[in-house]
Amino acid sequence: MDQPKTTGSVGSDWPAIEDYGIIGDCRSAALVSRDGSIDWLCWPIFDKPSIFAALLDRQRGGYWRISPVGAATIERQYVQDSNVLETRFTNHSGSAVLTDLMPSSSRASRERILLPDHEILRKLTCVAGELEFEIEFSPRADYGKNKVQLRQFGELGLRFAVGGGVYWLRSSVTLTITDGVARARVSIREGETLRFSFSYSEQAPAVLPPLDPSLDERIDYSTKAWQKWGRHTVYDGEYRDTVVRSALALKLLSYAPSGAIIAAATTSLPELMGGDLNWDYRYCWLRDASFTIRALLELDYWDEAEDFLDWLLHATRLTQPRLRILYSLYGDKAAAERELEHLTGYCGSRPVRIGNAARDQLQLDVYGEVIDAAAQFAFHGGRLDQEMQRALIGFGDYVAKNWDEPDEGIWEPRSGRANHTHSRLLCWTAMDRLVRLSERGMLQRAPIEDYKRISNSIRRQIEERAWNKQMQSYVSVLDSDQLDSSLLLLSWYGFEEAGSARMRGTYLAIRQHLSTPDGLLFRYQREKPEGTFAICSFWEVEYLAMGGGSLEEARQLFGQLMKYKNDLGLYGEEIDANTGAALGNFPQAFTHVGLIGAALSIDQREKGERQLAHRPPAAAEHSPAEATS
Amino acid sequence: MNWTSWLLSGFLATLALSTFLSASQGFGFTRMNLPYLIGTFVTPQRERAKVYGFLIHLLNGWLFSILYVLVFEARHMANWWFGALLGLAHALTILTVGMSLIPGIHPRMASEQHGINANRQLEPPGFMALNYGVQTPISVFLAHAVFGAILGSLYHLSHAA
Repeated sequence: MDQPKTTGSVGSDWPAIEDYGIIGDCRSAALVSRDGSIDWLCWPIFDKPSIFAALLDRQRGGYWRISPVGAATIERQYVQDSNVLETRFTNHSGSAVLTDLMPSSSRASRERILLPDHEILRKLTCVAGELEFEIEFSPRADYGKNKVQLRQFGELGLRFAVGGGVYWLRSSVTLTITDGVARARVSIREGETLRFSFSYSEQAPAVLPPLDPSLDERIDYSTKAWQKWGRHTVYDGEYRDTVVRSALALKLLSYAPSGAIIAAATTSLPELMGGDLNWDYRYCWLRDASFTIRALLELDYWDEAEDFLDWLLHATRLTQPRLRILYSLYGDKAAAERELEHLTGYCGSRPVRIGNAARDQLQLDVYGEVIDAAAQFAFHGGRLDQEMQRALIGFGDYVAKNWDEPDEGIWEPRSGRANHTHSRLLCWTAMDRLVRLSERGMLQRAPIEDYKRISNSIRRQIEERAWNKQMQSYVSVLDSDQLDSSLLLLSWYGFEEAGSARMRGTYLAIRQHLSTPDGLLFRYQREKPEGTFAICSFWEVEYLAMGGGSLEEARQLFGQLMKYKNDLGLYGEEIDANTGAALGNFPQAFTHVGLIGAALSIDQREKGERQLAHRPPAAAEHSPAEATS
Repeated sequence: MNWTSWLLSGFLATLALSTFLSASQGFGFTRMNLPYLIGTFVTPQRERAKVYGFLIHLLNGWLFSILYVLVFEARHMANWWFGALLGLAHALTILTVGMSLIPGIHPRMASEQHGINANRQLEPPGFMALNYGVQTPISVFLAHAVFGAILGSLYHLSHAA
């Protein structure tokens, strides 16, 4: 996958999903294809309507392409430890590098000069010979639904307005507008540079930056700022570059003003090519909280972990003690789901959906995930203030009353509620963590005896009704024979020792029924095929690293999974079992969090450090049940 | 001339104008941000510019209200609709004369003719400030009509008292 490709090599009008890279500024993100086309951009924030959406409709979506005329070899990379994307085009006549980023700025520069609120910088430099480039700028408003009125404003550049906001494109090449598309064809020679700035403003007059070498200084500053962030991590294991890339991807999916982290920056990239498993992931799922906090804390990104926890506990205040399963960036209810019928969808995968109907589902596991996230924060040395403690007790009381209810479960099927083992596991986790927080003096005035009693009841129920004697495996729904990769998390949350007979039996059953010959895992058995679920494979690595297997087995599987990252180190939600191609929204925070967790667990085992440092040390006190019980 | 009445009514009217324009921005009717435009005369720091601009605008509104009061006194007429009419005339002057002059005098504003440089990067307002949104003239007219109406009403009330 690291081999250079040529333009148009995907063999159709659609780039492969893994052919995209991402740039962003912790408020919004853009997807850039291998051939230099920005095919996805929503401004000013992740979940607003797009201005470029060729990702979902090649004709109507809108894009901004800077690519060489004719075939060229393409190599891409992020500038080391940064989110500044470089695409190198090479053909028989020369070579040029396209740099893409959303810039950041220092406090000092903000005090000195005006800067746009939202901006993409693109710089094209010819590094050898001479190349001819074609530039096409074709914005479309509201997910490609409406054309925009592009107008030339003399020296200032091109401008168009949508709603109350204004977009400005500044270009060091003169662009000609025809049929609502701004175009240019230009040759650049070695040493020459073209610069572009595309910006958006909605609350005030726009700021229009000059396209002189000061733009290069801004790129340098942004690169260094990303590198400073990326290199802050304390992780120095053998997967260092991969882990830093995942952390950088996760950072791009965070929303700095609130601390929220979205699942992905895109909507409706299909889980089944040509199918209807197309969802909007530009929201924050509480399901991811526990894994995310662990990853951030153990990589030493305390500010981000604290911001995320603040968001978890404060943005959800309007619904507390009840929790929705997903929220908008500011903690509002996610938008109602609707279909955009005017879009073709990626490779004809329809419908394209915005909003998410899962917002009305019940998932009891989210309580455990939020409480576990807070507990990890505290066990790592963070302080839970009075308000946080009150919120946690509120969640605990809710779990104490409702843990025995059926729910939709972690994978949000739209087929109704059931008694999911994973949900019970997380209800047990909620009770367990609150008890431990209280025992350590980190939580005051919690009804501990009630929580202990309920914790034992849940444990009994899981051990008796989620264990299938015939299969010698835990099952995903109580009293059933269904398997699910999330059962591997029984040991992650400390319910069972990874090496217990019951967990070994469960692991073998999962391998037998849910794995592919290449070692990938489906999340569950289903009639309608979808891709293998990337994070499930990383859970498997963690399970092995935690004692379910040997260190060598864990490392081998981790190495196997590395084959499925794209040339930039990015993963989607799923991996096609046959082709290895990325499926689903891209890049996916959940997958990258899983990768970081797996690398951390391998590293901890390798160094002989206490594993599952994200769990309270006393977790091992629970004795695993006998396999034959 | 009732100076106490002018001080109070000028202050309240300017506050109402600022609130109206801010609400117009918040609802997405316009990107015309007068405190920001005024504040960037003195500093490039966005947040500080808004604060400085707000204070200067408040002072400016107060001073401008003297002109309104002088007209009220000259015409022996002060009521809401006359004040509103003066406000509309005031807005027309700002949108036409003021907006055409501002790129020339604002130290950080770019212009279509001279382009952009390291110091001048702020989007110019264009005719009737239409660059800041097609509904900008409506917002500005309404905001100044409110300004004049409040000024006229309060000045009338203070005289009646």
